[in-house]
Amino acid sequence: MANLSFIIFCPLVAAVLIALLPRTFNVLFRAVALLATGLSLLGAVRVFAGFDSAATGLQFEQHFRWVDALGIGYHVGVDGLNVGLVLMAALVAFAAVCVSREIRERQQFYYILVLAMAGGILGAFASFDLFLFYFFHELALVPTFILIGVWGRGAQRDYATFKLTLYLSLGALVALIGLIALYVQAGQTSFNLLHLTRHLALNPIAPGTQSWIFGLLLFGFGILVSLWPFHTWAPLGYAAAPTAAAMLHAGVLKKFGLYGLIRIALPLLPAGAQSWMNVLALLCLGNILYCGLVALRQRDLNHLLGNSSVAHMGFAFLGIASLSVLGVTGAVVVMVAHGLLAALSFALSGFLYHRLGTLEMDQMGGLLQRLPFVGGVMVMAMFAGCGLPGFANFPGEALVLFGAWESYRTITVLACWGALVIAAVYMLRAVRTIWHGPPLDRWKDLVDAPNLWVKLPYALLLAGLLVFGCFPRLLTDPMQPVVSQIVQRVQGETATP
Amino acid sequence: MTDFAAIGLELAVAATGLAVLLLDLWVRPEQRRWLTWTAVLAVAGIFVASFALTLPEPARLFGGLYVLDELALFFKRFFLLAALLVLVVGQEFADRFPAGHAEYSALTLFALTGMMFAASANDFVLLFVALELVTITFYVLTSFQRRRVASLEAGVKYLILGALSTGFLVYGLALIFGAAGTMNFEQLAASPPAVLESRLLTVGLLLVLVGLAFKIAAVPFQFWAPDVYEGAPLPTTAFLAVGSKAAGIVLLLRVWFVAAPALTASWAGPLLVVTALTLLYGVLCAIPQRSLKRLMAYSSIANAGFLLLGFCSGSAAGVAAVLFYLGGYLFAVLAIFLVATLAWRGTDTDAIADLAGLGQRSPLLAGVLTLGLVSLAGVPPLAGFFGKFLLLKSVLASATLHPGLYAVAAVALLAVVISLYYYFGVIRVVYWGQQAAAQQPPILLAWPARAALGLCVFGLLWLGCFPANVLNLAQLAAQSLPWR
Repeated sequence: MANLSFIIFCPLVAAVLIALLPRTFNVLFRAVALLATGLSLLGAVRVFAGFDSAATGLQFEQHFRWVDALGIGYHVGVDGLNVGLVLMAALVAFAAVCVSREIRERQQFYYILVLAMAGGILGAFASFDLFLFYFFHELALVPTFILIGVWGRGAQRDYATFKLTLYLSLGALVALIGLIALYVQAGQTSFNLLHLTRHLALNPIAPGTQSWIFGLLLFGFGILVSLWPFHTWAPLGYAAAPTAAAMLHAGVLKKFGLYGLIRIALPLLPAGAQSWMNVLALLCLGNILYCGLVALRQRDLNHLLGNSSVAHMGFAFLGIASLSVLGVTGAVVVMVAHGLLAALSFALSGFLYHRLGTLEMDQMGGLLQRLPFVGGVMVMAMFAGCGLPGFANFPGEALVLFGAWESYRTITVLACWGALVIAAVYMLRAVRTIWHGPPLDRWKDLVDAPNLWVKLPYALLLAGLLVFGCFPRLLTDPMQPVVSQIVQRVQGETATP
Repeated sequence: MTDFAAIGLELAVAATGLAVLLLDLWVRPEQRRWLTWTAVLAVAGIFVASFALTLPEPARLFGGLYVLDELALFFKRFFLLAALLVLVVGQEFADRFPAGHAEYSALTLFALTGMMFAASANDFVLLFVALELVTITFYVLTSFQRRRVASLEAGVKYLILGALSTGFLVYGLALIFGAAGTMNFEQLAASPPAVLESRLLTVGLLLVLVGLAFKIAAVPFQFWAPDVYEGAPLPTTAFLAVGSKAAGIVLLLRVWFVAAPALTASWAGPLLVVTALTLLYGVLCAIPQRSLKRLMAYSSIANAGFLLLGFCSGSAAGVAAVLFYLGGYLFAVLAIFLVATLAWRGTDTDAIADLAGLGQRSPLLAGVLTLGLVSLAGVPPLAGFFGKFLLLKSVLASATLHPGLYAVAAVALLAVVISLYYYFGVIRVVYWGQQAAAQQPPILLAWPARAALGLCVFGLLWLGCFPANVLNLAQLAAQSLPWR
């Protein structure tokens, strides 16, 4: 079971299986989906547990021939960088299927799409072939579109659906052009990432060419991660999306761009990275400060969460821009932490929406008395969002800020301000309006999550946040060799220009 | 290989067409649909038989008029597959023809014969004859719903504009013959430099290219497509979009890369402009369309632009990408038209809005339609994605030689994003369009329709997930053009 292909294809095979079942077997669809994502999660846990941080190179590697004529292969594996991401993705996928209880219409189609999305996401993070990496990521595009369109909510649903889809496609295509250009410039007939890394370390591309390819990758991947000023699709899209889609997208899929930057753009285009990092550092302030301030003004809980999620991406960008071991490590920890956090927040807001029928924060108040469990978890999630120690976000953001201090002092100070003050203000204000204060009469019949089974997804995600928050070494130790290798590649470029 | 054995595939198709026409006289009306199924089986048999044909090396027959190489074989298989699916669409569409369904099938087969000859054309004479065989049958196929004014109007428009393009073609041929004294592509290419540089030949070749640009609907010769596509019966539109366009492409390949490689290489700049304009015109005009057929017409113009990208790159990889892209295009377009025919049975509509509720009425049809549209939009894991990937890769690989290609790649990127908007707009209507879907009955599908749908889905997924086989065939076919 500790097999990456098993983890990836469990959801995909289950999707096909559900498609073949007769239309009336409503109970079975959910059961199959739970089973498939549950098995994936078990597999991911075993991979994470079996990962040997002392060993170098890829582990759990699988390599099959696919399109020989173009040097495309099916190549999956984990190293320190993505082992945590695969675990996080599998956990979020399982939780997303768990919270899909609220879906009553067209369940068959719904679970097919969610499973296809989950399989694509897991595959993208495990791939070590440029083509496969892109291929898996794009698998999730159409399911996201239909999920938001059919099961989404709100008056702006159509607009949000198209905006999200077009932005994401634009980002993906710009990145694709960058990837193809990289392949062509490398002059190799292979899309294998390890092969390309080795080759380009010895025969680097001319710096000018590196610079424009890196620009394509930066903005292509940046759009996918909602880099300011290309972020406007994200809050809108997440507000309109059904719970599971928002969890999978905000939690996991969005990290694809960051992962691509760290895994592909930095080590393969070190000179290009050098030339763009100042721009990235400035843009990430847009995420942290501007989107933080926008989040302050939100009245709708999902819009608040969406903007805060965009703001958190700024820290990951800052960590990458710092080009230091601490910063890049911090960026990856932020990715994992924010994945769990965003999934948890959207899962809870989905629970609230299902019970209340609205997410206008002005209409809530004193809900903690009615919903002690959900409220308690949500308050903790919001604390995690302001970077409270004990939750995984704290070590991530702290590492990023430490790492960035050397290169960008002013920006780090401003980012600190964004992290500690702005985030705290909007999160605590939300805690006050939603959970505290006098309970409103109209919510007196609310029922909390009734049993363990319903509580499970929230508990799992919260446990993930706490475990990685208290023991960040679980993530950072395996990452150490890979990250220092990548950073050395880029820093080496400055030493010998 | 004797001359007549070499054209065995074409002869078999033509004989099937004649047999269908003749048998129609004796078969009782209630049994006539079996005629089409027989024709479908025959075409399927010929398709399978084409794989028994092995070519140790290209054969030139009828005095060099006709060439049987891997490229020709690739396109012959392509046309057979397209016609097979078009015949099924036509059969499902039969309730909307007043009469003469067997003739419709026979005419489709004759058009197919023309396309298969076009695939082997190695001479301007065969080019002209094959193209006319295709075009003239299409005049009839377009106006086949003779009680429907729109269909007749489309037929007349196609007739007039088709005649215009034929005029260009003939004039061009005359000038080429006048300049070079030969009609053969290879002999023309081997002519002395004085001939190749003569202005007469340049003008003649340009006129021939104009005639072919009409066929593939490239800007500025695209204006006939939306009206004709909209007026023609659904199966004809499908065949126009797939078969007629591919016939234009194969002839363009031969003229561009075989007949005058030196001359056409110097036209790379104008080609880039035409490609960019075709892409932009197609995708921008498709945005406001409300009729599926018109949408597909503009989409077909945009796809002509994508196909021209392969010409722009001017490499064997580019041509292989064109061939692979056509394969994905075939399955996607025919899936869409097949679903449209089945979903709109018993109605006379082509409005996209009338697809609303299809997601509930028939999840299968909705799923197939979605796969077709998504493949055209170029999203993995479907054929269209791999085709676009190959095209972009070939363009970027050649861009180091010709920097203008970067600009064209940027335009293509923009075109893909815009095209997503209108393709996904159709998906939107299918799954959450405004319609009281509950009142509409579910759609029942006969097994041939199911089999054809299955074939389309299989093709889309197979080309998208396991592209190696077809890509090898495409690369082999591309190698049969002369590359220096």
